[in-house]
Amino acid sequence: MATIYSNPSTTIFREVDNTIEAPGQRAPLVVGGRNFTSVTDVVTDVNLKPAPLGWYIGFACAVTMLGVYLTSVAYLLTTGVGVWGNNNSVDWAFDIINFVFWVGIGHAGTLISAILYLFRQNWRTGINRFAEAMTIFAVVCAGLYPALHIGRVWCAYWLFPIPNQMAMWPQTRSPLWWDVFAVSTYATVSMLFWYVGMLPDLATLRDRTKSRVAQVAYSVVSLGWTGSCRHWHRFERAYLLLAALATPLVLSVHSIVSFDFATSQVPGWHTTLFPPYFVAGAIFGGFAMVLVLAIPAREWFGMKDIITIRHIDNCAKVMLGTGMIVSYSYAMELFIAWYGGNHYEQAEFLFRAKDGPYAFSFWCLIFCNAVVPQLLWFKKFRLNPWPLFLIANIGNIGMWWERFVIIVQSLNRTFLPSAWRLYWPSYVDLAMFAGSFGLFFTLFLLFCRFLPIVAMAEVKSIMPEAHAHHKEPHKQTADQAAGDFRPDEHHKPVRH
Amino acid sequence: MTTLTTPHHGDIPHESNTIPSTGIDAPVVVGLCAEYDDVTAVLEAAEKVRDAGYRHWDVYSPFPIHGIDAAMGIRPTILPWLVLCMGLTGCVFGISMTAWINAFAITMPKPFDWVNLQGYQFLISGKPIWSIQANIPVIFECTVLFSALTAVFGMLLLNKLPMLYNPLFKLEMFRRATSDRFFIALDAGDARFTHEGAKELLESTGALKIETIED
Repeated sequence: MATIYSNPSTTIFREVDNTIEAPGQRAPLVVGGRNFTSVTDVVTDVNLKPAPLGWYIGFACAVTMLGVYLTSVAYLLTTGVGVWGNNNSVDWAFDIINFVFWVGIGHAGTLISAILYLFRQNWRTGINRFAEAMTIFAVVCAGLYPALHIGRVWCAYWLFPIPNQMAMWPQTRSPLWWDVFAVSTYATVSMLFWYVGMLPDLATLRDRTKSRVAQVAYSVVSLGWTGSCRHWHRFERAYLLLAALATPLVLSVHSIVSFDFATSQVPGWHTTLFPPYFVAGAIFGGFAMVLVLAIPAREWFGMKDIITIRHIDNCAKVMLGTGMIVSYSYAMELFIAWYGGNHYEQAEFLFRAKDGPYAFSFWCLIFCNAVVPQLLWFKKFRLNPWPLFLIANIGNIGMWWERFVIIVQSLNRTFLPSAWRLYWPSYVDLAMFAGSFGLFFTLFLLFCRFLPIVAMAEVKSIMPEAHAHHKEPHKQTADQAAGDFRPDEHHKPVRH
Repeated sequence: MTTLTTPHHGDIPHESNTIPSTGIDAPVVVGLCAEYDDVTAVLEAAEKVRDAGYRHWDVYSPFPIHGIDAAMGIRPTILPWLVLCMGLTGCVFGISMTAWINAFAITMPKPFDWVNLQGYQFLISGKPIWSIQANIPVIFECTVLFSALTAVFGMLLLNKLPMLYNPLFKLEMFRRATSDRFFIALDAGDARFTHEGAKELLESTGALKIETIED
């Protein structure tokens, strides 16, 4: 077979289609003839050169939407949760739908940074930094919803086990309390992961910026990082440990979110399928969001050599894979409702798909999450960024409808017909939801402006030039020949 | 072991053509820094410095170099053990916290009764007062939280970061250590360090440029 990616140690890839699968050969992940210097240049230029006009326009739109969010939150706080459309039957609605929607989006970032790291998927390096940023900002948007949902936000600290004069403690067997721990731990660990990974790149910005103010700011946040290999050694170990910790954590978070529903008796919620179904859905929606952010970013910030078409292709494949798991879950939910023989469950699913006034939302989710992603079987759709952008947006919309179907459709038809009530969102609900995108994009655009959006150090470490090639055959020492080569033993450095 | 943190007055020969090493305000030579532009070159140079018996020295690179630990003789860090210990601590914390606030109703003894730490012992839907199944999520999250905080802050502590002042930052060429160049710095505090000897050693490794680090 012809060598497609010939001798990667010496070739700097200029014109190469890196989507070709060549068994036994590694596809280049940085193309366009980039070397270490030009990778630094292209990434730091985003921060160090004046922002393009598009950034200001985008930021103005995002801040306007943030204003809408803050206004509706202020109205909510001064008036009460009655301004929402929630009623006594549907007491969880937009607030919890949007919480689950945003927290789910966050999961792709952790999947990319932690799980793909453990699996040594080197392509993650091109997209992990902004995917992690997406995680954190999505968790911020998510976390605000339950905090606001409690009504009296000034009592939010009651959620935490703080000794108080009322001798009042939380109920540890409640899934809602598990959620408090899951989401706050997830937010903390994601933030640590993001910041630690960013240290070396912040040091790069410190060393390259000409502005005195930026120099001081980047110096402080990069903590005096020098790139010492003794530091790298502990850094890499810490990073590996964080990845190993974040992997079960991310799976636990959406499982625990699903317990909020699954441990109740409500028809349509009381099912053991929920944890894996929620996790797959979260990753599907999260990768859709990664694509929504990555496709314009690589175009506008000139990152096409680092976030290559192969990266886009891989994200689309993950979307397809998790989309298939989600579709299987929809089918299995319906099957179990029929096969399980529970009348309430059967009535609930008939209501969802056929009889109820919300049937459109069920078919909307089937179309967005089960039908449209099938296009991704075709390479033509995976390799064309803008059709893919559209598919990813549809995936995001579908995931929102999924949560609407689960929450509103189940709550408005519970056991007692006298408690059946329909739900429609109020304009405050809609304004807060639209506004939460303002919060997300404001944070994201600030991140794009001031922080390194690509993990430069990690990208460099996967380039062919990063690997040493001994010019002459390595000379064996007597110790090596004996198969017991421990160079450190000869010098006995201080253990540190 | 951090290089280049303390100035060393005694090691520099007087005939050295660099700045005099005496005087209060005069810069003091704290080491030598060599620049490389290639991973292979810096790895081979690191092996040479290691074999020459230096102990207070370091390699600086914009990304972690594969194989540099062996080339420098770096021993594995104790960080994983710290993380394990703190993870277990977090686990015990989670078990005790959930048990205390939901399974015991003990009033704090006399000297500590100024803070109300009395737990509840309440029955929900006939479930056990405390069971491992109902509390696993919280215990697990506590374990992960303690471990992750230890991994990050333990790493920073062992690396002696934050350390915003470093004489290396005075070298103009060292700005590229975070971009596209590789450096080896020998600390003047090393027992084997002499200005001439160190310079000769670095020259023999094919360095692009060698500069004196002053503080």
